[in-house]
Amino acid sequence: MRVARFLGTRLASVVFVLLVVSLLTYAVFVVLPADPAQLACGKPCTPERLETARAFMQLDKSWVEQWWDFLHGVFAGRTFGGSGATITCPAPCLGYSFRLNTPVTELILNRFPVTASIAIGAAVLWLLAGVAGGVVAAVRRGTALDRSLMVGAITGVSAPSYLVGLLGILLFGFTLDMVPVSGYVPLRESPVDWAWHLVLPWVVLALLNAAIYTRLTRAQMLDALGSEYVRTARAKGITEGRVVTRHALRNVMIPVVTIFALDLGALLGGAVITEKVFSMAGLGALLIDAVGNTDVPVLVGVTVFTAAIVVVANLLVDVVYTLLDPRVRQGRVAR
Amino acid sequence: MSLERSDELAAPGGTVGSTAAPGVPGGAPGRRSGRPALWRRLAADRFAFAGAVVVALYVVLALLAPLITRALGVDPYTYDLDALGPSGAPAGAFGGISAEHWFGVEPLTGRDLFAIVLMGSRTSLLVGLGATAVSVLVGTLLGLAAGYFGGWADWVVARSIDVLIGLPALIFMIAVGAVAPAWFPRTLLLVLVIGLFGWSSIARVVRGQTLALRNAGFVRASRALGASHAHVLGRQILPNLAATIVVFTTIAVPGAIGSEAALSFLGVGVPPPTPSWGRSIGNAVTWFSVDPMYLVFPGVALFGITLAFNALGDGLRDALDPRTAALGPGGRGWARRRQRRAERDARRQAGHDRKEVAA
Repeated sequence: MRVARFLGTRLASVVFVLLVVSLLTYAVFVVLPADPAQLACGKPCTPERLETARAFMQLDKSWVEQWWDFLHGVFAGRTFGGSGATITCPAPCLGYSFRLNTPVTELILNRFPVTASIAIGAAVLWLLAGVAGGVVAAVRRGTALDRSLMVGAITGVSAPSYLVGLLGILLFGFTLDMVPVSGYVPLRESPVDWAWHLVLPWVVLALLNAAIYTRLTRAQMLDALGSEYVRTARAKGITEGRVVTRHALRNVMIPVVTIFALDLGALLGGAVITEKVFSMAGLGALLIDAVGNTDVPVLVGVTVFTAAIVVVANLLVDVVYTLLDPRVRQGRVAR
Repeated sequence: MSLERSDELAAPGGTVGSTAAPGVPGGAPGRRSGRPALWRRLAADRFAFAGAVVVALYVVLALLAPLITRALGVDPYTYDLDALGPSGAPAGAFGGISAEHWFGVEPLTGRDLFAIVLMGSRTSLLVGLGATAVSVLVGTLLGLAAGYFGGWADWVVARSIDVLIGLPALIFMIAVGAVAPAWFPRTLLLVLVIGLFGWSSIARVVRGQTLALRNAGFVRASRALGASHAHVLGRQILPNLAATIVVFTTIAVPGAIGSEAALSFLGVGVPPPTPSWGRSIGNAVTWFSVDPMYLVFPGVALFGITLAFNALGDGLRDALDPRTAALGPGGRGWARRRQRRAERDARRQAGHDRKEVAA
């Protein structure tokens, strides 16, 4: 019962957050002076043609109505235009880019594999490296190894990703000529080329993000190692390695996974800078392109899509906790 | 992705996940660190101390930048096509480094790179510190309100944080920059946009500490004596949060500096010709096989200030919450004693905290 109520509350808050995000996006992009109809109506742009373009794109309504149409379109699809030519945007319709003559959903689906390839590969790397580094630092607390890992972590956090990316391209791409410096090969075409093109972005992103996970894991592990259940486990005579991996690490992973879900979610919505540095056509590149051309439907659609990934990733983590953690299950940890 | 990372750095542990373990550093309430103790511990941390010195150096250089460039007879705006080779790259080795141009010159324009990097520190620090000030102000006010009043105020702040985290910050900043009216000063726009996206972690920490203080004896006594909410918040609770706010302000600065640089790198930050490290790095992309020094100087400047602020902020956090310090001033035994005391405090508070930590 408690679980059901907990999940219900969480689900409601997810829906709420998505509604507010889409509304905010609409408010920002529609209220601010960027008129897609102006761009589409061509030259010479007579007032009549502008009006027709507005009506066709359904921009003649108030922005709240437009927002409502957008929401409606996500579930039921949309049809633009009236008499004569019409454009249909089938069911999960996140808008229609009149500039590219493509539904936004289709654009997102085309670009998503690129971004996902970058994000997931990098995330796996940095999670492994970060947690391993944090555990080692905590277990060897106060030693030179701990100090150097922590100094390394701060250095990693401080380096801008584009700077490290550019230096990586310069060193491994141009000077040593080891890896390709740009471009993307679909996984289905050639898995080897796919991975080979992604090695550099993966390592660069992982290097920078692992630092945060090292720090977090270390802090949590220090907490755990000082706790009573670890003392009990040691008193039972379990080896230290087993205490760390089986008892302490499980609790340490809870906040680590929380942040991991958020980071991965945010990255899946477009690794803007990484995609630019490595010239890969993912969601981030799509967005930058849309900003440059004031393609409002694409901006709104991708923003909402990204927000959905982040919020849903967060929800999944909460659900998994609820199922795994007996304290949450019994409602003993008030949320 | 420096933007996404800054927030997590500021709040390891107790972020949005409502079930995150209690007692995370910074979020752990009830550890009252007097200011003298804080500074003493900080001074003992050489890495953090070095960070403080470097930060001070950057600030002094930024303040004196116009005087220095004038004394050297250079400025970041004057073109000098004589300093360029035929291809537009700087003439001479290492990007045209000479007695006149200490860091060489910019490709295509021949503008003095030393002046650009030096004046760029003003942009970086102005936007970084300004945006942090906005974040801290908003975060502290909302965190205080959420923690002190609870109820619907808490609900509103918690949902606002959810929305803020759900929004792709970088995209929003880019888009707002792209569609903002031209008459609005770009630097102010950057300060506001970066600042308004960065308040969630400080709000969370302030809220947590306010919750712990709300039922403290001195707060209840003050209320019983008839003090207003404003008095209690401003005079009783806020002073107790000062150390925490200072620490989290320091931690927030590098993120804001990084955001400005990232936006300028992408071409939507401060408009040219105002010098910006991020824009220089972005311009250097097309040149770096010919003229790597054009990338190196602004890159090192940006990396240096970020590293210094992170080292300082990290040291301050450890000073505030020594449990995570790599080595406390008193050695490992000191740390162990300190940790035992912290655990005892935490256990004592666990009773009412468990109920209070509702986010």
